[in-house]
Amino acid sequence: MTRISGAWSSHDTVVLSVKMAAHLSYGRVNLNILREAARKELREFLDKCAGSKAIVWDEYLTGPFGLIAQYSLLKEHEVEKMFTLKAGRLPAADVKNIIFFVRPRLELMDIIAENVIGEDRQRSQRDFHILFVPRRSLLCEQRLEEQGVLGSFINIEEYILDLIPYDGDLLSMESESAFRECYLENDQTSLYHTAKGLMTLQALYGTIPQIFGKGECARHVANMMLRMKREFAGSQNQILPVFDSLLLLDRNVDLLTPLATQLTYEGLIDEVYSITNGYVKLPPEKFTQKKQGEGGKDLPTEPKKLQLNSAEELYAEIRDKNFNAVGSVLSKKAKIISAAFEERHNAKTVGEIKQFVSQLPHMQAARSSLANHTSIAELIKDITTSESFFDNLTVEQEFMTGVDTDKVNSYIEDCIAQQDPLIKILRLVCMQSVCNNGLKQKVLDYYKREILQTYGYEHLLTLSNLEKAGLLKPQTSTRNNYPTIRKTLKLWMEDINEQNPNDISYVYSGYAPLSVRLAQLLVRPGWRSIEEVLKMLPGPHFEERQQLPSGLHKKRQQGENRTTLVFFLGGVTYAEIAALRFLSQMEDGGTEYVIATTKLINGTCWIKSLMDKLEAPPF
Amino acid sequence: MAFVTANWNPLGEAFYRKIELYEMGWNLREGLRDCLIAAAPYGGPIALLKESQRRERSASARPLLEIYSAAGVPMASFPWKSGVVVHISWTVSDDLLCIQEDGTVLIYDMFGNFRRHFSMGNEVLQNQVIEAKVFHSAYGTGVAIVTGAFRFTLATNIDDLKLRRLPEVPGLQVAPSCWAVLTQDRQTKVVLASGKDLYVLDNTACTPVTPPGIDPQVSSYFQMAASFSYKYLALFTDTGHVWMGTSNLKEKLSEFDTKVRSPPKQMVWCRRPKSQQPAVVLMWDRLLLVAGKCRESIKYHLDEESFLVPELDGVRIVSRSFHEFLHEVPGACEEIFKIASMAPGALLLEAHKEYEKESQKADEYLREIKEQNLLPEAVRQCVEAAGFEHEPETQKILLRASSFGKCFLSNFPPEQFVGMCLDLRVLNAVRDYSVGIPLTYAQYKQMTVQVLIDRLVFRRLYPLAIEICRYLKIPEFQGVSRVLKHWACFKVQQKEEPDDVIACAINQKLGDTASISYSEIAARAYECGRTELAIKLLEFEPRSGEQVPLLLKMKRSQLALSKAIESGDTDLVYTVVTYLKNEMNRGDFFMTLRNQPVALSLYRQFCKHQEQNTLKDLFNQDDDHQELGNFYVRASYGEGSVEARMAALQNAVDEFNKAKNEFSAKATEEQMKLLRWQRRFQEEFDKPYLDCSLHETVHSLLLDSKHKQAEQLYKDFRIPDKRFWWLKISALAEKEDWEELEKFSKSKKSPIGYLPFVEICVKHHNKYEAKKYVTKVTLEQKVKAHLAVGDLEQAVEAAIERRSESELNLVLSRCTPTTDRALLDKINSARAGALKK
Repeated sequence: MTRISGAWSSHDTVVLSVKMAAHLSYGRVNLNILREAARKELREFLDKCAGSKAIVWDEYLTGPFGLIAQYSLLKEHEVEKMFTLKAGRLPAADVKNIIFFVRPRLELMDIIAENVIGEDRQRSQRDFHILFVPRRSLLCEQRLEEQGVLGSFINIEEYILDLIPYDGDLLSMESESAFRECYLENDQTSLYHTAKGLMTLQALYGTIPQIFGKGECARHVANMMLRMKREFAGSQNQILPVFDSLLLLDRNVDLLTPLATQLTYEGLIDEVYSITNGYVKLPPEKFTQKKQGEGGKDLPTEPKKLQLNSAEELYAEIRDKNFNAVGSVLSKKAKIISAAFEERHNAKTVGEIKQFVSQLPHMQAARSSLANHTSIAELIKDITTSESFFDNLTVEQEFMTGVDTDKVNSYIEDCIAQQDPLIKILRLVCMQSVCNNGLKQKVLDYYKREILQTYGYEHLLTLSNLEKAGLLKPQTSTRNNYPTIRKTLKLWMEDINEQNPNDISYVYSGYAPLSVRLAQLLVRPGWRSIEEVLKMLPGPHFEERQQLPSGLHKKRQQGENRTTLVFFLGGVTYAEIAALRFLSQMEDGGTEYVIATTKLINGTCWIKSLMDKLEAPPF
Repeated sequence: MAFVTANWNPLGEAFYRKIELYEMGWNLREGLRDCLIAAAPYGGPIALLKESQRRERSASARPLLEIYSAAGVPMASFPWKSGVVVHISWTVSDDLLCIQEDGTVLIYDMFGNFRRHFSMGNEVLQNQVIEAKVFHSAYGTGVAIVTGAFRFTLATNIDDLKLRRLPEVPGLQVAPSCWAVLTQDRQTKVVLASGKDLYVLDNTACTPVTPPGIDPQVSSYFQMAASFSYKYLALFTDTGHVWMGTSNLKEKLSEFDTKVRSPPKQMVWCRRPKSQQPAVVLMWDRLLLVAGKCRESIKYHLDEESFLVPELDGVRIVSRSFHEFLHEVPGACEEIFKIASMAPGALLLEAHKEYEKESQKADEYLREIKEQNLLPEAVRQCVEAAGFEHEPETQKILLRASSFGKCFLSNFPPEQFVGMCLDLRVLNAVRDYSVGIPLTYAQYKQMTVQVLIDRLVFRRLYPLAIEICRYLKIPEFQGVSRVLKHWACFKVQQKEEPDDVIACAINQKLGDTASISYSEIAARAYECGRTELAIKLLEFEPRSGEQVPLLLKMKRSQLALSKAIESGDTDLVYTVVTYLKNEMNRGDFFMTLRNQPVALSLYRQFCKHQEQNTLKDLFNQDDDHQELGNFYVRASYGEGSVEARMAALQNAVDEFNKAKNEFSAKATEEQMKLLRWQRRFQEEFDKPYLDCSLHETVHSLLLDSKHKQAEQLYKDFRIPDKRFWWLKISALAEKEDWEELEKFSKSKKSPIGYLPFVEICVKHHNKYEAKKYVTKVTLEQKVKAHLAVGDLEQAVEAAIERRSESELNLVLSRCTPTTDRALLDKINSARAGALKK
């Protein structure tokens, strides 16, 4: 039995990697086209460097690349070795070509230069190439020239990988610091890439006739898109538009949502274990199969790595549910599966047995999937039932409903006194500030001082960053408009049904993410109805139309849904994605959503990206 | 119709015909006598340089260089002021090469504008060029010369000039009687004849050769001609024989006795691609002779001095009055028009003729074809033949016949017919007298539409080029847009027109035409020295990114910067910023950035990672004290000694004060104070305190029972009571000093209540101690406290007392399957009670 299950698990991975691409085509928009286009370009580049090759990776890129091409594809194109980009000398490899896959960053150029110079001394006859992802940069080439190695490269090209398909309805640029760059450093590079990515998307899926947006960055991206459209006027594509509209949303229009703890299954997995490029690493204890006679011997120490996407049937079903609704689904599934396995006793004739056996692979996969998710749910449950989780959530919900947001919160105080993780504190303090449209100077200074005294004065810069980003601010004379926003947009729903939700607020057990509300209200009854509130939120809101070539106007069938691409500039949480998916599935919704973002985030990694880490050398 | 075959002459298996292309529009008083003539292949222009005037260098009579279209329409004419010209010829891109005696090669465009010049080497200066030839290869256009020292020099591509001097021919005392250049397999060779000897010269060697089957009586070669493709070579001997063979001189194709002993003025190949018949055309004063495989030949009488232009599929004959084309009649035409032909195409043509006459014979003919299942073949033949006919009338007849035949076929693919109609329409348009490009169908296919459009553009026939692009539905990018761009590039060179007018005219015509690169046009204007015009044109460029490099080149760096910002491409902004940084002095550079916030923030980013000190200067210049403060804070962490860090922090304090950021100033002062304390403790207790937070410092002092110092910090830093209590109890619990903890709990009323006492004890696994504090916990927290020490019953009691449903639920959630049944019932009934309320 053990041997069989072992065999299954290996089979399982094969199935997954085949499905890997397939699940991208299940959605309303076949995102596999995008992936295929990216793969084609990669193959073309690899073929340009004839002969055996070694790839030297900018480590950050390996994750996103894994979603485009597995090692097998690289291998087919004579990639024999892979290294991580490191200072010093390149490891030995008997290959003709060395290809650097890097982001255009100056510090990486210095490392490359070091590699190349070290290599030359070894009197080897190798060809060097650089592939910049997502765009080549004059600045970087200049740096290579200064270092005297630019001439050593045969090919210097760019691999335009802006939007990477993560799931059938989800695209991300995985640009780690997009929010920080845009809102803190006034560096709009990632917005330029966003606009370029949207142009690529339009080249593949047709011009998007309507663009809506809210926020400064949204406006900037839309402007660039319109400009680029004029620039590319000649290569106007003749594709029937797949998307009916595009909604660009600045993250800073809704700073509240990412601060709140996500309560969907996927959201909680991300909050607790953080999902990276579609994979999550989990503590291994729960996943060991209890083998008879072996007792507790050799427990694996390596974390268990699982891929999470809609290719897995069960996961697709539960990922977006409120965590409280996951348990019942799992137990129902368990019953169905064991019933299915029981069937074998009823199978009498050869034909029946044969049919049973033919279903086995599917059943086995379902069973292992169920086992995995039961384990994950148990892990998560241990946390959600803990007192600290409960207390934290209570405070969050108090803030979101506007309870005592204007005074120092004693729970936060206690947490600071007990030196709870700084990011947890920052999430709460920022949330209070956002829900109160800024804190009284006294309250703000008190929190700041407490934080500096407890966690160290080096966090002064982090606090200054949070203030710059608007997450933390002193209250100005204007009155707190958060209650108005909350009421008008119905951000807090009292009677929520976690099991069978009827509103998006289920994803935060009461709080309806502001961003998604904006998307929802845009469709019905339109933004005109909430002009007042829109004015309270930062940045302009706008609508643009893009002319379609004649003959490409869609004739909509009766009852056919519209498709909207919602682009979150500065990041989106899994709970927001769940809320949009919920809207897509609403029977009378009339709109299906595809989600794109600069980065998949949660409150923790988001706040982390805004922190300035100062480390002093030892005295 | 009956006359189609009237000009056909049989030669061996095949027929040859000579058709008139144009009656020449030029007015040449002396005809083509004593002229240097060059006619570009593929129906290109014709250049003439009057030889008679060339030799006599009198100021009054300078030679005249004239350029005409193939129809003899004048295109340019100017007096030749340069040196003595040995040879003129055209390049593949219709530029005229004039090769002078001194080895200088001057290049003109077809409108007589001087392009550039180059030299065939110093050696030539002394010995002079005695003969030159221009040849075409995969690399482009090449030039070969032979000098007075009888040495050959080659340049295989004039656009990438590399001169190659070929090896000496041993014993060569006189100029070779004739020679030819052969390019094959990426190799260029020269074949030359001297007396009865033939040599092949390549890069490294001179090899004597003997053509197979050559008459041993031959004592000299008068003429030599390589075919259009350089695959074949023809030799005219002093015995009056023409030897035809492959150009590697390994195979003889045929030999023909012309019975003329005088050297022909010109000898060229006349051969259609894929034809089986080798044929050479020879020209003497009044005689034109076509010689092939058989013993007969075709002879034409020439009324006027003529000039032969070899083409891919025949020979053009240019004279003072006419321009004719001589070629082998293509198979399809032969099949259809040959007298008494029974080929399907011929029958179809007949059928259609009868049909036009409304005769029932049409049906008979058709039936005959259909019975042999040859109708598709017939249709194809007619379409194909139409392509080879020069007269539109004949083309029409053939196309109509094929269209008629098509009616009786189902599922016949229309592409060939439609394509031929389109092609012929284009061909007829460019063959028109006013355009004067007499292309044949085969030449057209060989050169491609793209090149044809280029040729039209070179001739400045922009409207026709655009018309053709539209007619053939060539994508705008490769078609109309490209033509318009060329037009605009030409337009900017019109010096007499003011900038405004030109810019306006260009924009009017181009508008937002797809993918027009205004920057390319602007670059052209800039090359012509019209910077202002270039800037005006750049304004129309929709791609800001494209504007930047040229603006930088024109030293309009400020404008370049704003354009780069407009494009949104940050890399481009960086590029301009780096450029500015190197170009300007620091002060100006900073001022420029100051006016461009986007560029400034990008540059700051750059400095943050690359040039910390510049960053400081930037903030200083802007009096940005807040950022300067942050800068010093950051810098302080780079310092290795306490003193240095203190100094940096003091700077930060000063800046924060200037920025009126009281909080940061105070916090930083506090930080310095802490550092001082920590240093003291470190010295006193010989334990590391530096780099701990205040909280950690107090905690560690408490752990070491340094209560006095802890109190000092507590007071000095005004640590809130609450937190100090937390600090204290957690430190005491951590070192399990339960006695002290209890004492502390009684010292005064706890500002944090007593639940933390319970919890901290439990955390350190001492329920016994924990229970001591449960009673002190306020009513609201009682349940939690009981639960913390694991006393469910008491918790239930407390919850019931409080009548709190949520607390009851909390207790319930802590119940396990082993919990006492009675307790559960109690909770449930209490819950029911609470719910009722």
